[in-house]
Amino acid sequence: MTAVWVTVAVVGLATMAIKAAGTLLVAGRALPPRAQAALEHLAPALLAALVVSQALGGSGGGFAIDARLAGLAAAAVALVFRAPLLLVIAVAAATAAAVRALA
Amino acid sequence: MRRRARPPAEPDYLDGVRAAAPIGIAAFAFGVSFGVLARSAGMGRLAPVVMSLTTFAGSAQFAAASILAAGGGVAAAVAAAVLLNLRYGPMGLSAAATLEGPWWLRALTAQLVVDESWAIAQRDDGRIDRRLLVGAGLLLAVGWVGGTAVGVLAGNLVADPASLGLDAAFPALFLALLAGQLGPRETQTTEGWTGSERPTLVERGASWIRGRSRLLAAVGGALIAFALMPVAGPGVPIIAASLACLVGARRS
Repeated sequence: MTAVWVTVAVVGLATMAIKAAGTLLVAGRALPPRAQAALEHLAPALLAALVVSQALGGSGGGFAIDARLAGLAAAAVALVFRAPLLLVIAVAAATAAAVRALA
Repeated sequence: MRRRARPPAEPDYLDGVRAAAPIGIAAFAFGVSFGVLARSAGMGRLAPVVMSLTTFAGSAQFAAASILAAGGGVAAAVAAAVLLNLRYGPMGLSAAATLEGPWWLRALTAQLVVDESWAIAQRDDGRIDRRLLVGAGLLLAVGWVGGTAVGVLAGNLVADPASLGLDAAFPALFLALLAGQLGPRETQTTEGWTGSERPTLVERGASWIRGRSRLLAAVGGALIAFALMPVAGPGVPIIAASLACLVGARRS
Protein backbone atom coordinates (compact mmCIF):
# COMPACT_ATOMS: atom_id res chain seq x y z
CA MET A 1 0.00 0.00 0.00
CA THR A 2 2.89 2.36 0.79
CA ALA A 3 4.36 1.68 -2.65
CA VAL A 4 1.06 2.76 -4.18
CA TRP A 5 0.98 6.06 -2.31
CA VAL A 6 4.65 6.78 -3.03
CA THR A 7 3.95 6.21 -6.75
CA VAL A 8 0.84 8.39 -6.65
CA ALA A 9 2.68 11.20 -4.82
CA VAL A 10 5.86 11.19 -6.94
CA VAL A 11 4.06 10.88 -10.30
CA GLY A 12 1.55 13.56 -9.26
CA LEU A 13 4.20 16.05 -8.09
CA ALA A 14 6.42 15.40 -11.13
CA THR A 15 3.52 15.85 -13.56
CA MET A 16 2.37 19.06 -11.88
CA ALA A 17 5.92 20.40 -12.03
CA ILE A 18 6.27 19.49 -15.74
CA LYS A 19 2.96 21.17 -16.59
CA ALA A 20 3.74 24.32 -14.60
CA ALA A 21 7.38 24.63 -15.73
CA GLY A 22 6.58 26.47 -18.97
CA THR A 23 4.55 29.27 -17.45
CA LEU A 24 6.81 29.62 -14.39
CA LEU A 25 10.00 29.82 -16.49
CA VAL A 26 8.60 32.18 -19.11
CA ALA A 27 6.69 34.25 -16.53
CA GLY A 28 4.98 36.60 -18.95
CA ARG A 29 8.13 37.49 -20.89
CA ALA A 30 7.85 37.39 -24.66
CA LEU A 31 9.77 34.52 -26.21
CA PRO A 32 12.31 35.19 -28.98
CA PRO A 33 10.46 35.37 -32.34
CA ARG A 34 12.03 32.20 -33.68
CA ALA A 35 11.13 30.23 -30.56
CA GLN A 36 7.60 31.59 -30.78
CA ALA A 37 7.41 30.61 -34.45
CA ALA A 38 8.59 27.10 -33.60
CA LEU A 39 6.02 26.78 -30.80
CA GLU A 40 3.29 27.74 -33.26
CA HIS A 41 4.24 24.58 -35.16
CA LEU A 42 4.03 22.40 -32.07
CA ALA A 43 0.31 21.75 -32.56
CA PRO A 44 0.52 20.14 -36.03
CA ALA A 45 3.65 18.17 -35.04
CA LEU A 46 2.20 16.80 -31.79
CA LEU A 47 -1.33 16.30 -33.14
CA ALA A 48 0.02 14.19 -36.01
CA ALA A 49 2.16 12.19 -33.56
CA LEU A 50 -0.86 11.70 -31.28
CA VAL A 51 -2.97 10.45 -34.20
CA VAL A 52 -0.28 7.87 -34.99
CA SER A 53 0.29 6.77 -31.39
CA GLN A 54 -3.40 6.68 -30.42
CA ALA A 55 -4.45 4.80 -33.56
CA LEU A 56 -1.54 2.34 -33.77
CA GLY A 57 0.02 2.15 -30.32
CA GLY A 58 -0.02 -1.10 -28.35
CA SER A 59 -0.65 -1.06 -24.61
CA GLY A 60 2.96 -1.90 -23.75
CA GLY A 61 4.62 0.01 -26.60
CA GLY A 62 5.08 -0.96 -30.24
CA PHE A 63 2.24 -1.27 -32.73
CA ALA A 64 -1.19 -2.88 -32.36
CA ILE A 65 -3.45 -2.96 -35.40
CA ASP A 66 -7.12 -3.19 -34.39
CA ALA A 67 -10.56 -1.63 -34.90
CA ARG A 68 -9.23 1.83 -33.99
CA LEU A 69 -7.75 2.03 -37.49
CA ALA A 70 -11.18 1.44 -39.08
CA GLY A 71 -12.59 4.13 -36.79
CA LEU A 72 -9.87 6.55 -37.83
CA ALA A 73 -10.49 5.85 -41.53
CA ALA A 74 -14.21 6.53 -41.02
CA ALA A 75 -13.32 9.77 -39.23
CA ALA A 76 -11.15 10.80 -42.18
CA VAL A 77 -14.06 10.21 -44.56
CA ALA A 78 -16.35 12.27 -42.29
CA LEU A 79 -13.75 15.06 -42.31
CA VAL A 80 -13.60 15.06 -46.10
CA PHE A 81 -17.36 15.68 -46.05
CA ARG A 82 -16.79 18.51 -43.56
CA ALA A 83 -18.74 16.85 -40.77
CA PRO A 84 -18.77 18.68 -37.41
CA LEU A 85 -16.41 17.46 -34.66
CA LEU A 86 -19.12 15.65 -32.70
CA LEU A 87 -20.14 13.66 -35.77
CA VAL A 88 -16.51 12.84 -36.65
CA ILE A 89 -15.94 11.40 -33.17
CA ALA A 90 -19.27 9.55 -33.15
CA VAL A 91 -18.59 8.02 -36.58
CA ALA A 92 -15.14 6.85 -35.43
CA ALA A 93 -16.47 5.26 -32.23
CA ALA A 94 -19.46 3.64 -33.96
CA THR A 95 -17.25 2.19 -36.71
CA ALA A 96 -14.73 0.77 -34.25
CA ALA A 97 -17.53 -0.67 -32.11
CA ALA A 98 -19.18 -2.24 -35.18
CA VAL A 99 -15.90 -3.77 -36.38
CA ARG A 100 -15.29 -5.25 -32.90
CA ALA A 101 -18.85 -6.58 -32.69
CA LEU A 102 -18.52 -8.28 -36.08
CA ALA A 103 -15.01 -9.63 -35.58
CA MET B 1 -30.38 26.41 -31.44
CA ARG B 2 -29.40 29.89 -30.25
CA ARG B 3 -26.47 31.52 -31.93
CA ARG B 4 -24.25 34.08 -30.27
CA ALA B 5 -23.54 37.43 -31.85
CA ARG B 6 -20.00 37.20 -30.48
CA PRO B 7 -17.44 36.61 -33.25
CA PRO B 8 -15.77 33.18 -33.17
CA ALA B 9 -12.39 34.82 -32.52
CA GLU B 10 -13.45 35.47 -28.90
CA PRO B 11 -14.57 32.20 -27.36
CA ASP B 12 -15.55 31.94 -23.69
CA TYR B 13 -15.24 29.20 -21.07
CA LEU B 14 -18.54 27.60 -22.09
CA ASP B 15 -17.29 27.24 -25.67
CA GLY B 16 -14.41 25.19 -24.27
CA VAL B 17 -16.83 23.03 -22.27
CA ARG B 18 -19.00 22.55 -25.34
CA ALA B 19 -16.05 21.71 -27.61
CA ALA B 20 -14.79 19.12 -25.13
CA ALA B 21 -18.19 17.52 -24.45
CA PRO B 22 -17.96 14.67 -27.01
CA ILE B 23 -14.46 13.67 -25.93
CA GLY B 24 -15.48 14.18 -22.29
CA ILE B 25 -17.75 11.14 -22.61
CA ALA B 26 -14.76 9.06 -23.73
CA ALA B 27 -12.64 10.53 -20.91
CA PHE B 28 -15.31 9.50 -18.39
CA ALA B 29 -15.46 5.95 -19.81
CA PHE B 30 -11.68 5.60 -19.66
CA GLY B 31 -11.69 7.09 -16.17
CA VAL B 32 -14.00 4.23 -15.20
CA SER B 33 -11.69 1.66 -16.75
CA PHE B 34 -8.68 3.24 -15.02
CA GLY B 35 -10.56 2.94 -11.72
CA VAL B 36 -11.29 -0.72 -12.41
CA LEU B 37 -7.68 -1.46 -13.41
CA ALA B 38 -6.22 0.44 -10.44
CA ARG B 39 -8.54 -1.33 -8.02
CA SER B 40 -7.57 -4.73 -9.38
CA ALA B 41 -3.91 -3.64 -9.26
CA GLY B 42 -4.26 -3.35 -5.49
CA MET B 43 -4.29 0.47 -5.37
CA GLY B 44 -7.38 0.59 -3.17
CA ARG B 45 -10.21 3.08 -3.57
CA LEU B 46 -8.75 6.44 -2.61
CA ALA B 47 -5.31 6.38 -4.27
CA PRO B 48 -6.64 6.03 -7.86
CA VAL B 49 -8.96 9.02 -7.38
CA VAL B 50 -6.16 11.10 -5.85
CA MET B 51 -3.94 10.12 -8.77
CA SER B 52 -6.56 11.17 -11.34
CA LEU B 53 -6.92 14.50 -9.56
CA THR B 54 -3.18 15.24 -9.27
CA THR B 55 -1.62 13.53 -12.28
CA PHE B 56 -4.64 14.00 -14.59
CA ALA B 57 -3.06 12.25 -17.57
CA GLY B 58 -4.59 9.01 -18.73
CA SER B 59 -1.74 7.19 -20.44
CA ALA B 60 0.73 7.79 -17.58
CA GLN B 61 -1.77 6.58 -14.98
CA PHE B 62 -2.58 3.43 -16.95
CA ALA B 63 1.14 2.73 -17.35
CA ALA B 64 1.89 3.24 -13.64
CA ALA B 65 -1.04 1.09 -12.51
CA SER B 66 -0.17 -1.71 -14.95
CA ILE B 67 3.46 -1.76 -13.81
CA LEU B 68 2.45 -1.84 -10.13
CA ALA B 69 -0.04 -4.64 -10.89
CA ALA B 70 2.68 -6.65 -12.64
CA GLY B 71 4.97 -6.21 -9.63
CA GLY B 72 7.33 -3.93 -11.53
CA GLY B 73 8.08 -1.72 -8.54
CA VAL B 74 7.76 1.96 -7.71
CA ALA B 75 10.81 3.17 -9.63
CA ALA B 76 9.70 1.54 -12.91
CA ALA B 77 6.13 2.84 -12.48
CA VAL B 78 7.32 6.38 -11.78
CA ALA B 79 9.85 6.36 -14.64
CA ALA B 80 7.27 5.19 -17.18
CA ALA B 81 4.67 7.72 -16.04
CA VAL B 82 7.10 10.65 -15.99
CA LEU B 83 8.44 9.75 -19.44
CA LEU B 84 4.88 9.66 -20.79
CA ASN B 85 4.17 13.08 -19.27
CA LEU B 86 7.31 14.84 -20.50
CA ARG B 87 5.34 16.02 -23.55
CA TYR B 88 3.52 18.40 -21.20
CA GLY B 89 6.79 20.35 -21.01
CA PRO B 90 6.60 21.75 -24.56
CA MET B 91 2.79 21.87 -24.39
CA GLY B 92 2.97 23.91 -21.18
CA LEU B 93 5.54 26.21 -22.76
CA SER B 94 3.28 26.84 -25.75
CA ALA B 95 0.41 27.65 -23.36
CA ALA B 96 2.60 29.91 -21.20
CA ALA B 97 2.03 33.07 -23.24
CA THR B 98 -1.73 32.91 -22.75
CA LEU B 99 -1.88 32.33 -18.98
CA GLU B 100 -2.53 35.34 -16.75
CA GLY B 101 -2.30 36.33 -13.11
CA PRO B 102 0.07 35.55 -10.22
CA TRP B 103 2.47 32.61 -10.47
CA TRP B 104 0.33 30.22 -8.43
CA LEU B 105 -2.74 30.87 -10.55
CA ARG B 106 -0.75 30.31 -13.76
CA ALA B 107 0.76 27.12 -12.33
CA LEU B 108 -2.74 25.96 -11.33
CA THR B 109 -4.25 26.78 -14.72
CA ALA B 110 -1.39 24.93 -16.43
CA GLN B 111 -2.57 21.76 -14.65
CA LEU B 112 -5.60 21.79 -16.98
CA VAL B 113 -3.30 21.11 -19.94
CA VAL B 114 -3.93 17.59 -21.22
CA ASP B 115 -3.64 16.41 -24.82
CA GLU B 116 -7.33 16.99 -25.55
CA SER B 117 -7.79 20.39 -23.85
CA TRP B 118 -4.52 21.68 -25.33
CA ALA B 119 -5.58 20.50 -28.80
CA ILE B 120 -9.07 22.03 -28.51
CA ALA B 121 -7.65 25.35 -27.30
CA GLN B 122 -5.49 25.87 -30.42
CA ARG B 123 -6.31 29.11 -32.20
CA ASP B 124 -5.89 29.71 -35.90
CA ASP B 125 -2.85 31.93 -35.30
CA GLY B 126 -0.97 29.04 -33.68
CA ARG B 127 -1.46 30.26 -30.11
CA ILE B 128 -3.55 28.86 -27.27
CA ASP B 129 -6.87 30.32 -26.12
CA ARG B 130 -6.91 30.44 -22.32
CA ARG B 131 -10.71 30.32 -21.98
CA LEU B 132 -11.05 27.32 -24.30
CA LEU B 133 -8.22 25.61 -22.41
CA VAL B 134 -9.85 26.20 -19.01
CA GLY B 135 -13.36 25.24 -20.15
CA ALA B 136 -12.23 22.09 -21.93
CA GLY B 137 -9.74 21.18 -19.20
CA LEU B 138 -12.31 21.51 -16.39
CA LEU B 139 -14.86 19.36 -18.21
CA LEU B 140 -12.24 16.69 -18.94
CA ALA B 141 -11.08 16.79 -15.31
CA VAL B 142 -14.63 16.29 -14.04
CA GLY B 143 -15.13 13.41 -16.49
CA TRP B 144 -11.78 11.78 -15.71
CA VAL B 145 -11.90 12.08 -11.91
CA GLY B 146 -15.62 11.28 -11.78
CA GLY B 147 -15.09 8.28 -14.03
CA THR B 148 -12.25 7.04 -11.82
CA ALA B 149 -14.47 7.32 -8.73
CA VAL B 150 -17.25 5.38 -10.48
CA GLY B 151 -14.68 2.80 -11.60
CA VAL B 152 -13.25 2.09 -8.14
CA LEU B 153 -16.71 1.98 -6.54
CA ALA B 154 -18.89 0.25 -9.15
CA GLY B 155 -16.63 -0.65 -12.06
CA ASN B 156 -18.36 -3.87 -12.97
CA LEU B 157 -21.58 -2.06 -13.78
CA VAL B 158 -20.08 -0.14 -16.71
CA ALA B 159 -19.31 -1.48 -20.19
CA ASP B 160 -15.75 -1.78 -21.47
CA PRO B 161 -15.01 1.46 -23.37
CA ALA B 162 -13.26 -0.46 -26.16
CA SER B 163 -16.45 -2.41 -26.92
CA LEU B 164 -18.14 0.97 -27.43
CA GLY B 165 -15.34 2.02 -29.79
CA LEU B 166 -14.40 4.89 -27.49
CA ASP B 167 -10.67 4.23 -27.90
CA ALA B 168 -11.12 5.28 -31.53
CA ALA B 169 -12.55 8.62 -30.36
CA PHE B 170 -9.12 9.96 -29.36
CA PRO B 171 -7.24 9.55 -32.68
CA ALA B 172 -10.39 10.85 -34.43
CA LEU B 173 -10.39 13.98 -32.26
CA PHE B 174 -6.70 14.62 -32.90
CA LEU B 175 -7.13 14.03 -36.65
CA ALA B 176 -10.06 16.46 -36.81
CA LEU B 177 -8.09 19.14 -34.93
CA LEU B 178 -5.04 18.49 -37.11
CA ALA B 179 -7.18 18.95 -40.24
CA GLY B 180 -8.29 22.30 -38.80
CA GLN B 181 -4.63 23.26 -38.28
CA LEU B 182 -3.78 22.50 -41.89
CA GLY B 183 -6.93 23.97 -43.44
CA PRO B 184 -7.35 27.50 -44.79
CA ARG B 185 -6.35 30.12 -42.23
CA GLU B 186 -9.57 32.11 -42.03
CA THR B 187 -8.42 34.70 -39.52
CA GLN B 188 -5.41 35.50 -41.64
CA THR B 189 -7.60 36.13 -44.64
CA THR B 190 -10.10 38.30 -42.80
CA GLU B 191 -7.67 40.19 -40.57
CA GLY B 192 -4.73 40.60 -42.88
CA TRP B 193 -6.43 41.16 -46.20
CA THR B 194 -9.42 43.34 -45.36
CA GLY B 195 -11.20 45.83 -47.58
CA SER B 196 -10.21 46.43 -51.13
CA GLU B 197 -6.55 45.54 -50.54
CA ARG B 198 -5.61 42.58 -52.67
CA PRO B 199 -2.81 40.35 -51.39
CA THR B 200 0.43 40.90 -53.26
CA LEU B 201 2.30 37.97 -54.72
CA VAL B 202 4.77 38.17 -51.82
CA GLU B 203 1.97 38.02 -49.27
CA ARG B 204 0.42 35.07 -51.01
CA GLY B 205 3.78 33.35 -51.19
CA ALA B 206 4.44 33.96 -47.49
CA SER B 207 1.00 32.60 -46.64
CA TRP B 208 1.60 29.53 -48.78
CA ILE B 209 4.94 28.85 -47.09
CA ARG B 210 3.32 29.30 -43.69
CA GLY B 211 0.64 26.76 -44.61
CA ARG B 212 3.23 24.37 -45.93
CA SER B 213 5.47 24.68 -42.88
CA ARG B 214 2.59 23.45 -40.71
CA LEU B 215 2.12 20.52 -43.05
CA LEU B 216 5.86 19.82 -42.85
CA ALA B 217 5.67 19.88 -39.04
CA ALA B 218 2.72 17.45 -39.12
CA VAL B 219 4.41 15.04 -41.52
CA GLY B 220 7.63 15.25 -39.52
CA GLY B 221 5.84 14.62 -36.22
CA ALA B 222 3.96 11.63 -37.63
CA LEU B 223 7.11 10.13 -39.17
CA ILE B 224 9.17 10.56 -35.99
CA ALA B 225 6.44 8.94 -33.88
CA PHE B 226 5.98 6.11 -36.39
CA ALA B 227 9.71 5.41 -36.63
CA LEU B 228 10.30 5.39 -32.87
CA MET B 229 7.21 3.49 -31.70
CA PRO B 230 8.60 -0.01 -32.38
CA VAL B 231 11.99 0.73 -30.81
CA ALA B 232 11.50 3.31 -28.04
CA GLY B 233 9.50 3.01 -24.83
CA PRO B 234 6.03 4.58 -24.55
CA GLY B 235 6.23 8.35 -24.30
CA VAL B 236 9.52 8.74 -26.15
CA PRO B 237 7.98 8.87 -29.68
CA ILE B 238 5.66 11.74 -28.73
CA ILE B 239 8.29 13.83 -26.97
CA ALA B 240 10.68 13.28 -29.89
CA ALA B 241 7.94 14.23 -32.38
CA SER B 242 7.66 17.65 -30.74
CA LEU B 243 11.07 18.42 -32.28
CA ALA B 244 9.32 18.59 -35.67
CA CYS B 245 8.03 22.03 -34.63
CA LEU B 246 11.54 23.33 -35.31
CA VAL B 247 10.71 23.46 -39.04
CA GLY B 248 8.77 26.60 -38.06
CA ALA B 249 11.79 28.28 -36.52
CA ARG B 250 13.04 29.73 -39.78
CA ARG B 251 13.80 33.42 -40.07
CA SER B 252 10.74 35.24 -41.36
